[in-house]
Amino acid sequence: MRSLTRSLTVSPGLTIGLLMVTVWVVTAAFAPWVAPHEPTAMGVGPQTAAPSWGYWFGTDQYGRDILSRVIYGGRYVLAIAPASTLLGLILGTLIGLLAAYGRGWLDEVIMRLLDAIMAFPIVVLALLALTVLGSSTLNVILVIGLVFAPLIARTARSAALTEVRKEYVEAARLRGEGHWYVMVMEVAPNIRGPLMVEATIRLGYAVFTSATLGFLGLGVQPPAPDWGVMVSSSRSLLTTAPWAVLAPALAIAAVVIGFSLIADGLRDREQQ
Amino acid sequence: MTTPLLTFNALSIAFRRRGEWRTAVHDVSLSVQPGETVGLVGESGCGKSTLAMAGLGYLPDNARILAGEISLTGESLATMSPARLQQRRGDTIAAVYQNPATALNPALTIGRQISEIFEYQKGLTARAAMTAAKAMLEQVRIANPEQLLRAYPYQISGGMQQRVVIAMALAGEPDLLVLDEPTTALDASIQADVLALFDDLRRDLGVAMLLISHDLGVVRAVCDRAAVMYAGEIVETAPVGELFAQPKHPYTASLIDCIPTGHTHWSHERLASIPGYPPALGERGAGCAFAPRCPVARAACQQQPVALAWLNNRHASRCLFPEDTAAPGGNRPPATPGRPAGERVLESDDLVVGYKGVRVLDGVTLDVRAGETLALVGESGSGKSTLARALTGLTVPDAGSVRLDGTALPGAQRKRVQSTRRALQMVFQSPENTLNASHRIGPALGRAIRELGGLGYRAARALVPERLAQVALEADTANRRPAQLSGGQRQRVAIARAFAGDPKAVILDEPTSALDVSVQAAVLDLLIDLQQRRGTAYLFISHDLAVVRYIADRVAVLFLGRIMEVGPVERIFSGVRHPYTAELLAAIPDWAQDHPSTQAAPVMTGARDRPPGCPYASRCAYVMPQCANEPPPVREPAPGQQIHCHLPINELPGSLYE
Repeated sequence: MRSLTRSLTVSPGLTIGLLMVTVWVVTAAFAPWVAPHEPTAMGVGPQTAAPSWGYWFGTDQYGRDILSRVIYGGRYVLAIAPASTLLGLILGTLIGLLAAYGRGWLDEVIMRLLDAIMAFPIVVLALLALTVLGSSTLNVILVIGLVFAPLIARTARSAALTEVRKEYVEAARLRGEGHWYVMVMEVAPNIRGPLMVEATIRLGYAVFTSATLGFLGLGVQPPAPDWGVMVSSSRSLLTTAPWAVLAPALAIAAVVIGFSLIADGLRDREQQ
Repeated sequence: MTTPLLTFNALSIAFRRRGEWRTAVHDVSLSVQPGETVGLVGESGCGKSTLAMAGLGYLPDNARILAGEISLTGESLATMSPARLQQRRGDTIAAVYQNPATALNPALTIGRQISEIFEYQKGLTARAAMTAAKAMLEQVRIANPEQLLRAYPYQISGGMQQRVVIAMALAGEPDLLVLDEPTTALDASIQADVLALFDDLRRDLGVAMLLISHDLGVVRAVCDRAAVMYAGEIVETAPVGELFAQPKHPYTASLIDCIPTGHTHWSHERLASIPGYPPALGERGAGCAFAPRCPVARAACQQQPVALAWLNNRHASRCLFPEDTAAPGGNRPPATPGRPAGERVLESDDLVVGYKGVRVLDGVTLDVRAGETLALVGESGSGKSTLARALTGLTVPDAGSVRLDGTALPGAQRKRVQSTRRALQMVFQSPENTLNASHRIGPALGRAIRELGGLGYRAARALVPERLAQVALEADTANRRPAQLSGGQRQRVAIARAFAGDPKAVILDEPTSALDVSVQAAVLDLLIDLQQRRGTAYLFISHDLAVVRYIADRVAVLFLGRIMEVGPVERIFSGVRHPYTAELLAAIPDWAQDHPSTQAAPVMTGARDRPPGCPYASRCAYVMPQCANEPPPVREPAPGQQIHCHLPINELPGSLYE
């Protein structure tokens, strides 16, 4: 605990990042108490009203309060991003450990397959999968988790490669431990550091990817106040009521930057 | 008296760790005169490298000089401008560090790296600088400098790299070389060669040296006088002859008695051990820092600081009762005879392991008996560790077999049964990597006892305190993580782990080579005691022949994957021997003084250009026409000793009648 408070004081980036993300998490969690209006209620104010004391972020074309929608919108993104990252982390770590521990042809096969998958842009892969599977929140989580797994697997593999050569791994083999025991109980705890950094970077990208999918109409469906959906449905107002697009866009940016500041801070700590 | 080149005057240095200033060097006064070679010895953490760094003006940011002064030829470092300091590093003082591989730039040729020093420091043209670089390489006794100038660091051996680094240090014609563990990373025979080079440089160039080493043998072989450091202080300083013959500080005396002499087996003379551990940085008591571990400490020692006192004009000791110091050998406990060897436990038969088309092991046949230690010696690349891995099944041999208690074992570890694993265990070299950094000692050791002892979780955990006690560790070690233990403590845990299932044979792969001498003595003692109690067979891999002489009953000498010689330890060390064994023995620093060298200049031989005959032929001082083409016959000069050599017994090096 003392080391955490120490690193907060020595790393302002980490502190700011944590603060930014915490604000979003808290407001999203307590949305019914924080938000001034119902997120989907139409006509709570005039249509496309500019930001004012009554409607801090203005209103959209249906007279919905954008501040309330942005606050509630955090609920989608902050559920989808951690869930999909966790899925990617578990899958990717297992694949990476298997490649590093198996070495030889197993490593080759796994890594070349991952290279092949990563040759496609993430959004294209996600698009393809969601078109086949149909769009739902659960499917968005599954798809983002699956496309992140290869990236996390590469980090896990490179960190594990130096570990599997160490003598404690040979000692475990010499007492007859099974492959899974060695990978999960012996090696995995020692690659925790780089994996935490990678997972935090992925969290930011997951926010971004889920917003992109919402924007493309493949994620959460309107009228839900998902940030990507909000940008998409108000994009025709960009010239007349730019706040309707800017507010959710800035929200996305704030969360992504928050996560990436945390990731940088963790990496600095890791390298000390 | 002339002005000393380097002077430390009552110097104290502290490091900032976790917000506190901790003293690392305390009240050190030492000077190096022109042309003089001074040794600075001590165990890890004693402050010797900090002192060397301070002398070069290279203290890290978290260090601070608390008191005292450092001067180069009378000029204080504190008042020197950065530009002036930069100039003096090079023309007055230059440094050579432990690892030559990291001192050289892998992207530049050797020629470029040396010549740029001449261009920068002396303003020579590129062509003149290259000529100067070539002359410099000749100075460090490199036979064909032309070829070396065009090479990249990775293309040359470690010994050659270290010579290049020395040449670079000499390029600015410094008066003083600071050598920080310059031979620690090198093989024994190459070490001997580099040490001989230091002697030459001293004679030919008159360059003074400050040699920092944990190895008292190296310091004894090279230096005029030496200072011994303990817990940041110089505890004793004297000319080396006097220091080793009549130490006047109990720490020096204990340290000398911890070092295997290379002349006796443990059943004739045990090594001393120093109880306890040195104080942590900045956590020493008020009195003498060594008092808590000192065999002759009295009440007065703990009460007030002890100053360095001069006993005569060359010998000083930081001890209140210097005359109480035991004479060399006086700290060694009485020896007890060992038990006789039993049945054959572990055997290898014509074992072959290939790697990328090269035979790393080329038909190795060996056996180890119950209660016996067979040492396996040879330079790096000889296949020692590969043999250990093939015996334990971590590497699957391409041909040949491994037998345990007369039963042939499957080649692969995975295919062996649990009772085999229990009976055949291994202790690894690196105290850093032998334990899992994420696991506490208790659960880790408990897991080994459970898997190898065939016990349940609770029963295994209940045995942990007892097993820790067997390797002389406190019960609360169980709650620690490896990072909280010293190297010696970690190696003890690794030994307890290998002994978890009461093994019949244990392979020890350089188990003490990364440890300080006093810790090494204690670990060797522990291994001997365990073996005497349980009758375990040891295969002890080591490059340190003095350690081998101490612990081994028999010795096998490996060269490029083939056994050159096997025999009882006393026959190998004092009877006739294989020419390669003779070369290895000549590399023991103080052994060489008593035994005239038969050494040929070692040339690195790649495993690829191995002749069909004896693999040592291309390097052998006794080479004959048939050596390269005919496999050598086996000579048996004494019972149990087999030498694979074309030389007839009476022409082999060493003495028949010793």
